[in-house]
Amino acid sequence: MSRLRRPPGPDDHFEGPRDAPVILVEYGDYQCPYCGQAYWEVKRLQQTLGARLGFVFRNFPLTQAHPLALQAAEAAEAAAAQGRFWPMHDLLYEHQDRLELPMLLSHAEALELDVDRFREDLDSHRFEERIRRDFMDGARTGVNGTPTFFPNGHRHDGPFNADALLEALTGGAGLTR
Amino acid sequence: MPPVMPSLSLPLPSGTRAPAFQLAATPEQSVSLADCAGSPVVLVFYPADFSPVCSDELALFNELLPELQRHGARVFGVSVDSVWSHLAFARERKLRFPLLADFHPKGEVSRRYHAWRESEGVCERALYVVDGDGRIAWGQVSPPEVNPGVDGVLAALESLSTREVRS
Repeated sequence: MSRLRRPPGPDDHFEGPRDAPVILVEYGDYQCPYCGQAYWEVKRLQQTLGARLGFVFRNFPLTQAHPLALQAAEAAEAAAAQGRFWPMHDLLYEHQDRLELPMLLSHAEALELDVDRFREDLDSHRFEERIRRDFMDGARTGVNGTPTFFPNGHRHDGPFNADALLEALTGGAGLTR
Repeated sequence: MPPVMPSLSLPLPSGTRAPAFQLAATPEQSVSLADCAGSPVVLVFYPADFSPVCSDELALFNELLPELQRHGARVFGVSVDSVWSHLAFARERKLRFPLLADFHPKGEVSRRYHAWRESEGVCERALYVVDGDGRIAWGQVSPPEVNPGVDGVLAALESLSTREVRS
């Protein structure tokens, strides 16, 4: 079984308490339709587990299959630079069929970002290196497609619906319900 | 009683000579292992063109191709599908590396590489890295439903690069 080589750290995008008893790491692609489905499953899981779950998202854009995935990831990182990673992440997945530049700019406006700076960060590909680092690090840790989940540091090879992820995270220990 | 699953073959051990092959890559061209002497070769045996797990697996190798090439590696997919199926599959998925057809005699090369699943008449999901001298550097056979990822191949290529720097 593949294990997560890099544990969640200060550079990661983290939702929920950092000392949460269960941690879920996702390697995902904003243009991947399966990641789009998984987005709602993670939301369900977060509702179920509340503050007991820490969620980390790392970039794994398959640019050959998904030509808009890299720029979308850059948009999320550019929003992160302005403290708004998760709201941008959510908008990207909730409007996954529209990832072209005008839509990214309109998300930036909706989130009241400094749009000039946002656009400059996209134009200069300021965050491409960081995204590539996530990607290579994912490839070395056994990410085998998108989405790939690591519940508590082990690669999850089963289905990625909320129930299956809950089972993988809590080992059926009845943390909830 | 749980159903009895056919057991997975063990990969060819590291250090053994990689079996020679010559397989069609297109209707006009073929590729042999001897053609690749001097370069590491990555062989990705997979069960079938267009099947879901294979497509994910090959998409990943496709994405990482520049990284594999940075180690001087040549990458080939291998299955028992015909060159025509391979061409259609490669075009649809925009694959940037050749797919070889172990089509006739069916599965002969796959058998030599312990990458043959007799019960279904298809290749196992197997990965090999062959070094520039034609020896197996690393191999792995995974269950057909598990996409193995590229971490094993990357690690094997990285250790080959290190070995070359040292020698």
